[in-house]
Amino acid sequence: MNQQTAIPAIELKGVSKRFGSVIANSNVNLSVHKGEILSILGENGSGKTTLMNMIAGIYFPDEGEIFIDGEEAIITSPKDAFDYKIGMIHQHFKLVDVFSAAENIVLGLDEKGKYDLSSAQKRVADICERYGFEIDPKKKIYTMSVSEKQTVEIIKVLYRGADILILDEPTAVLTPQETQKLFAILRRMRDDGKAIIIITHKLHEVLSLSDRVAVLRKGEYIGTVNTAETNEAQLTEMMVGKTVELNIHRSEPRDAVPRLEVHHINCSNREGVKVLNDVSFVAKAGEILGIAGIAGSGQRELLEAIAGLQKLDSGAVLYNNPQTGKMDNLVTKTPLQIRDLGVRLSFVPEDRLGMGLVGNMDIVDNMMLRSYRKGKGVFLHRKEPKDLAEHIIEDLEVVTPSASTPVRRLSGGNVQKVLVGREIAASPTVLMAAYPVRGLDINSSYTIYNLLNEQKDKGVAVIFVGEDLDVLLALCDRILVIGSGCITGVVDARTATKEQIGLLMTKTNAESTEGGTPHGN
Amino acid sequence: MKDVLVFLCGFIAVAIKQGTPLLFGSTGEILTEKSGNLNLGIPGIMYMGGVSGVIGAFFYEKAMAGQPLNPLLGILIPLVCALLGSALLALIYSFLTITLRANQNVTGLALTTFGVGVGDFFGGSLAKLFGAGGSLSIRNTSTLFRSTLPFAEDWGAVGELLFSYGFLVYVAFVLAFIVSFVLNKTRIGLHLRAVGENPATADAAGINVTRYKYTATVLGGVIAGLGGLYYIMDYAYGTWSDGSFGDRGWLAIALVIFALWRPKTGILGSFLFGALYVLPAHLNFGENRMVQYAVMVLPYVVTIIVLIVISMRKKREHQPPQSLGLPYFREER
Amino acid sequence: MATEKKTAAHHEPLFHIAKRDQMVWWKAWIIRAAAILLALVVSGVIITLLTGLNPLNVYGEMIKGNFSNNRVFWMLLQKTSVLLCNSLGVTLAFKMKFWNCGGEGQVLAGCIAAAACMIYMGDSAPNWVIIVSSLITSMLAGALWGGIPAIFKAQYNTNETLFTLMMNYVAIHLVKVLQVLWENPKNSGNVGTINRASQAGWLPKLFGMQYLITVLIVAALCVLVYVYLKKSKHGYEINVVGESQNTARYIGINVKKVIIRTMLVSGAVCGLAGFLLVNGSSAPTVGPNTAGGQGFTAMLVAWMAKFSPFAMVLASALIIFLQQGSVAIATKFGLHRSLADIVTGVILFFIIGCEFFIQYEIKFRHKKGGVQE
Repeated sequence: MNQQTAIPAIELKGVSKRFGSVIANSNVNLSVHKGEILSILGENGSGKTTLMNMIAGIYFPDEGEIFIDGEEAIITSPKDAFDYKIGMIHQHFKLVDVFSAAENIVLGLDEKGKYDLSSAQKRVADICERYGFEIDPKKKIYTMSVSEKQTVEIIKVLYRGADILILDEPTAVLTPQETQKLFAILRRMRDDGKAIIIITHKLHEVLSLSDRVAVLRKGEYIGTVNTAETNEAQLTEMMVGKTVELNIHRSEPRDAVPRLEVHHINCSNREGVKVLNDVSFVAKAGEILGIAGIAGSGQRELLEAIAGLQKLDSGAVLYNNPQTGKMDNLVTKTPLQIRDLGVRLSFVPEDRLGMGLVGNMDIVDNMMLRSYRKGKGVFLHRKEPKDLAEHIIEDLEVVTPSASTPVRRLSGGNVQKVLVGREIAASPTVLMAAYPVRGLDINSSYTIYNLLNEQKDKGVAVIFVGEDLDVLLALCDRILVIGSGCITGVVDARTATKEQIGLLMTKTNAESTEGGTPHGN
Repeated sequence: MKDVLVFLCGFIAVAIKQGTPLLFGSTGEILTEKSGNLNLGIPGIMYMGGVSGVIGAFFYEKAMAGQPLNPLLGILIPLVCALLGSALLALIYSFLTITLRANQNVTGLALTTFGVGVGDFFGGSLAKLFGAGGSLSIRNTSTLFRSTLPFAEDWGAVGELLFSYGFLVYVAFVLAFIVSFVLNKTRIGLHLRAVGENPATADAAGINVTRYKYTATVLGGVIAGLGGLYYIMDYAYGTWSDGSFGDRGWLAIALVIFALWRPKTGILGSFLFGALYVLPAHLNFGENRMVQYAVMVLPYVVTIIVLIVISMRKKREHQPPQSLGLPYFREER
Repeated sequence: MATEKKTAAHHEPLFHIAKRDQMVWWKAWIIRAAAILLALVVSGVIITLLTGLNPLNVYGEMIKGNFSNNRVFWMLLQKTSVLLCNSLGVTLAFKMKFWNCGGEGQVLAGCIAAAACMIYMGDSAPNWVIIVSSLITSMLAGALWGGIPAIFKAQYNTNETLFTLMMNYVAIHLVKVLQVLWENPKNSGNVGTINRASQAGWLPKLFGMQYLITVLIVAALCVLVYVYLKKSKHGYEINVVGESQNTARYIGINVKKVIIRTMLVSGAVCGLAGFLLVNGSSAPTVGPNTAGGQGFTAMLVAWMAKFSPFAMVLASALIIFLQQGSVAIATKFGLHRSLADIVTGVILFFIIGCEFFIQYEIKFRHKKGGVQE
């Protein structure tokens, strides 16, 4: 690999992209050569996907240049990207379900001559043979597994003659065996002279697959290193950075009795892929339990399972009822049945306007979501929720024209205050919050941290799913690390380091069994 | 035995004639729905196609003032008028739902109200408006549309079965085959189906979603409009009478479901529906009109059952196009 | 690759369309009013072209056709009431984003039940019993007609638009069958006026006014539906299910139950319209045209009024006013009465189209500065 002398297949110089006031990428420099695999490593929200979307023609950079084979390229649409022989495999597949693989592969192409699927199928077969794919071109997409769909996406790009391939977190949806297969194919493509960029945050994959690694952190380009000359520790440090001191108040937990016990729960998604694998932990009253992990590692399913919204394959969720002193099993119960047991469980879901609140309803009506059944008779009682709404608006300094403003017109921070305010107003014994500060400014974030701390001091068992490791380390008492649906470790937030958590996060299924004691503390 | 054969041939011939407007309508609606547009304006468009043809024929006959019509012009003028009329309505629908992203159900129903209104209005008032007096009849034009191949009558029952129709019946057949071919065997059809299934994916693949939707909806409307033209010119002998077109437009929409969005199945379905329409009369249920009406309900009941069964079985090939009824807005994603 | 050319011609589209945040309500109503005005002008022009009537006179004739005497005025009130009743019915389903296109069938089902009560109980039961049974059975029949598609929607996610549409024609043909069964006189093909002599089951004239009771019932219903949607727990659930099934699940609403229950109510209200059409008529009868396409018009009225019960009063009055007015003009000039449908269609096109300008805005791009906020 004559990297120093050859002209890179693609080179980015000083590329920046802003969305409003948010800086997604700032001054990124990258290059990939033919016959090379470059990994782009970074946490969630570090700007990896945005950067790749600029190469694929989805976004256009605000500043900087992109060079293809040494010449400046202007890529304004996916079509332009095709013309430069760039192909991107997105995380969300763009396939038509009722079409066969071959039909999807030729979709949108303006090939000359007669439309002839059988000749297309032959070309697909050629590509398969060349790189070692196994796929039946006549198979319909909806009958395929996730990995087969991904294969179709990759073939689609190759069929269009791409020389530069970008894969956005291709292994996130794959089993370890499927990942190995994919890597073998990617290596074969590299040897065939393709330039490959793969986005990932799994360190061992980076080390086993790529030739070089570029690291992004919070939109900043940190640097590129040769894989042969680096190790996990160095990459983790580049990825997570130095610990930032956050001035979040943290009290010592008092009489932390177990409140919620999760025992060996397993859960599969609609495609039958396991999303929670033998998860066990204990949440204690009067402490904040953090959950750290790469997005989509099973956090959502875990919280929804506790809230009674997710069907489990097996396992138990036991609630230590402070009123009765009994243990209630919440599994197989609906949210209403859970409420009827006297379990005061509040849940701030990740999808605020799609689940936690109704965007088109005003603040008062959103206050009622949890409590509208209260009171006798067929009519709603708006007095209480109205008082609550005004109370929350005042206490949490929600910026809104009035309590009768639809919540979708509020800013993200204010929406979140309304949601958290409502969930706390139910005086819960368990409070679950998924990414409660995502997209919020500093002041709103601190409002939320304070609210969570207040609840903790009141003896509530708080479960906090977060993505910013600095925040998790400063706010929580214990941190549970989840990776690919498994608990990969539990650490004491007062003593743990970011690197330690970062390493646990990037572990996968296979390793977690050998790596330490997942449930110990 | 021979009597049974003659009876059967006669019955099938009548069923085919009865089913032809439905076939036009359903072929047009299938093409439209494959692009993701649920056009409930099809009944209105069929009316519009019929009445536009009538208007064209009326003025041509009036201009000829009783002299024999030029066969070519006599057919071309109503045909072109019908095409333009139905295309206009389909364009209104397309503009409202595709460009202005209006709700498809509401737009379609408004279009049907409008189209049926235009049809009945001109059908009922044309003579009055342009001073011909009496009820509107364009028999001479109708004769042109009804003319069959000369040897049809010499061939007896077989002749009746195969050659006793005006040319539009054959057009309906051919169009169903063409649409089926285009949908399943051409690149354009592949792209169109992708638009109806998953417009975002089609868009990402560089397919012009808007153009495909417009084209399919307008062409679909034009095909459906021919159903109205056939009905009035051929089936009804050129005589417009209020409400006689009835619920054929809705039957055509039912037929789309019955045929599981396949034009070739639509051919069989249209004959079946047509046969049900004429069955009571042929079986001498004349005395018992209740049975006659009860049989007419069958197409709808059968369609409902088909609808339920496909939703229960969830077989993907039998489902409506996935984005049917939904507007596409790229920036919403 | 012609990169140099591309650099120069790096063009983004001149404008793009974006979803508006929310328009102030009065601005939105100004746009709608403007659309209606424009539609009135266009339909005026159409009528002028067809009749040679002076455009101003068109509207004069329309007013005359609705207000010139007691009879037409009460027709306006009665038709508006029934259309409103129907619109209120489908609105309940629409609020839940359940596309009930079966208003027509549900009304007819109600008509059938009401007429059956009148025919079979006409000689034997006291008047009020017939009326009450007609009322109850017609609502039950409407609920049945609306409930069947709802059960399949809830259970198998069967496409409700197509299902309810088909149910309309099942009802229409059912009426045709019953028309033969009930025909009077024999072989007329019509049911004729039911209980012409005894007037059994006819709604009484309040203060000597034929349709007053219809108007009062629907006025009460309008308030009731408003209260049900806005103030009751059921209405709240309908709203949540319509906005987001995910949220409904999150707070423990049984979505299937709400879908079926709401469609039963929606169908029952449409069935009530059937009762008003039969028992409330000045010559009760039933036929395939008794609902007269109002089930479809009702969907459009509900849509025009943005599902607000009180706005629906105005919308249905507007539609009936135009229809009666156009019919009057058509009659005067010896033209076909479906002139009314043409005018209705034109109005609807404009109203449907104008929503775009309320929901979306067109943003122009500056040459250099990016998107204008």
